[in-house]
Amino acid sequence: MLLADEVASSHPVLADNPYQPHMARIVRIYKMVDNNHLFTLRFMEDSLAHSFRHTPGQFIMLSVPGAGEMPISISSSPSRPEVLELCVRRVGRVTNALYRLRTNDVVGVRGPYGNGYPISEITGNDLLLAAGGLGMAPLRSLLWYALDHRDKFNNITLMYGAKRPEDMLFREELTALVDRTDINCLLTVDADPGGTWRNHVGLLPGLFDHAKIDPLRTYAAVCGPPVVYKFILQRLLELGFPKNHILMSLERRMKCGIGKCGHCSIGYKYTCLQGPIFTYWDAINLPEMI
Amino acid sequence: MKILKLPKEKLDLFASVVQQFGELHAPVEQDGKYVFKRLTRWSDARLEYDRTILPPKKYFLPPQESIFRYRPGEGFVPVTDGLDQRIILFGVHACDVYAMNILDRVFAGKYRDPYYQARRKNIAIIGIDCLPDKNCFCRSMRADFVDHGFDLFFYDTGDYYQALVGTALGDDMVQATGSVFEPMDAAEIDDYKRRSLNKRRAFQLDVEIRDLPEIFEMEYESELWDELGDKCLSCGSCSMVCPTCYCYDVSDDVELGSRAGDRTRSWDSCLFYDHALVGSGENFRGPRASRIKFRFYHKQRGFVAEYGRPSCVGCGRCSNACPVGIDVVQVIDRLRRVEDVASR
Ligand SMILES: Cc1cc2nc3c(=O)[nH]c(=O)nc-3n(C[C@H](O)[C@H](O)[C@H](O)COP(=O)(O)OP(=O)(O)OC[C@H]3O[C@@H](n4cnc5c(N)ncnc54)[C@H](O)[C@@H]3O)c2cc1C
Ligand code: SF4
Ligand code: SF4
Ligand code: FES
Repeated sequence: MLLADEVASSHPVLADNPYQPHMARIVRIYKMVDNNHLFTLRFMEDSLAHSFRHTPGQFIMLSVPGAGEMPISISSSPSRPEVLELCVRRVGRVTNALYRLRTNDVVGVRGPYGNGYPISEITGNDLLLAAGGLGMAPLRSLLWYALDHRDKFNNITLMYGAKRPEDMLFREELTALVDRTDINCLLTVDADPGGTWRNHVGLLPGLFDHAKIDPLRTYAAVCGPPVVYKFILQRLLELGFPKNHILMSLERRMKCGIGKCGHCSIGYKYTCLQGPIFTYWDAINLPEMI
Repeated sequence: MKILKLPKEKLDLFASVVQQFGELHAPVEQDGKYVFKRLTRWSDARLEYDRTILPPKKYFLPPQESIFRYRPGEGFVPVTDGLDQRIILFGVHACDVYAMNILDRVFAGKYRDPYYQARRKNIAIIGIDCLPDKNCFCRSMRADFVDHGFDLFFYDTGDYYQALVGTALGDDMVQATGSVFEPMDAAEIDDYKRRSLNKRRAFQLDVEIRDLPEIFEMEYESELWDELGDKCLSCGSCSMVCPTCYCYDVSDDVELGSRAGDRTRSWDSCLFYDHALVGSGENFRGPRASRIKFRFYHKQRGFVAEYGRPSCVGCGRCSNACPVGIDVVQVIDRLRRVEDVASR
């Protein structure tokens, strides 16, 4: 039997339909944190599984049949192809439907969309990744890309904060980075009631005391809830970061992902096309940006 | 461009012959207003009309359309029903053709919208010139004339129509009618110029759009937006009737008792509360004032940055449709007005 993807690609009118979701199978569901599961997908079409490539920071439109479609960052690195890893928080209609699916169920994927991080611009510089909460989801792609292409970057620093140890996304793999000498991996929690945490305790900006940062040769990729932006941006500006060296990943309502539906517009930019990665300079020049 | 003339008494003949190219649709009268509709009789067509309630965009981006059907085991199958239907839209005004040219750019680019593009290919446009009424300001928006985007365009010069042939299809339509179209002679060029001058003189509204983006930037915090926010009902009428508003929403529905379903897209409006609302509960344009500001801002300023001109074509529909009398021309005038702080 032909899959709809294949039918569509042979239809004279709809060949090249950018709205066409390609079917992918859920190969693993990992319950990372309550209501934040990691879904690993593999395209049903083998050729697509081999050929799909993205830039860290890009996203896909994920369809849960019968429920809807939504933008989700690709959390896996393009240096580790064949599967896509998505870290999804359960919040509403479509995410709830996704949480009802089991391994081997099928979802739809189209993309990758958005600009992604400006890798060639960052190349040769230091890289600072600063995330709070769910903000680790898009940054994880950049993190592994940088570690897998280590020679492209100078010093790499990761600062990541969560409320408690059990709220930390990718906890096992990140704590395993703490001992590595090719990255300064700084992890912190606001509180550690269980007393088992062996890293930093305290608010995220406190981690700056443990990092050596040269603002003029560093690109900072920041992602997190509004409070994280507020405090991290403040610190970066105090340190003297050029405004176009601060990279932010922004979230907006999205229905198409390709600059048609109008939902994601900020001022006069479409987050789905010109974003979701914006520099701080872009941000202060666009109304409603932050 | 080929320019011919069609004696008015031959229009009926042309209309009957042209139907071999598709189903004929034109403005017809409905409760004192006009709507684009399939004609049952040619005599129902009203070629002298002010404006239709909904612009021709409803043919290319329908208010609601199913774009995929989902079947377990098959995946998302594109819905192609009706995409290859041939239609002729007869009597489209210049501003509305201009608006289609603007939508063409939105629905093209790196990601072409195949549904829109298919319809644009299969729906022919025969434009007709008009005279402005009290709400028209297309001249200010540089959309009172179009030089492409139509198959044929008719100018009413009194006894006959001057016909601009815009495409090969338009030329086929002319050929199919045999000898009813005649060449224009030099003296008749003056008829056109006279018509053009009359049209220019008939405008009652004028807005200045040069440096409007700069003024919008400066007046971003103007209290005008709060005033408008207090008046606006968020009904969305202004978006629905606008020939260049293209925002849409997408929703999936499951057929009762099965796992199959439909993915439908439907017109949306940035005036609606949830337009910029995200799952976390954050709303980037929660206050009504910020939503109405966004509509004006995107039309008159944002689009200039993206596409080099405002997306408003000055058709006057939104001012006509707004239940509380919010009027785009007055808004622009207000923003441009010099308010001397000292004399307040
Ligand atoms: C570029 C980008 C990357 C994202 N990456 C991730 C990620 O990696 N993990 C994750 O958990 N979430 C991510 N989000 C947010 C995620 O898209 C929303 O949480 C999700 O759409 C909520 O859908 P829902 O149907 O469950 O919620 P509902 O509130 O029921 O939303 C209904 C619909 O509204 C739209 N919508 C609602 N919230 C958002 C939102 N925040 N952003 C965009 N559209 C929205 C979607 O079309 C959604 O289907 C990302 C958003 C963007 C814009
Ligand atoms: S904004 Fe108003 S006047 Fe301008 S094109 Fe849209 S409906 Fe017409
Ligand atoms: S038509 Fe008038 S009241 Fe309705 S949403 Fe538009 S501006 Fe507001
Ligand atoms: S998501 Fe539709 S325009 Fe960006």
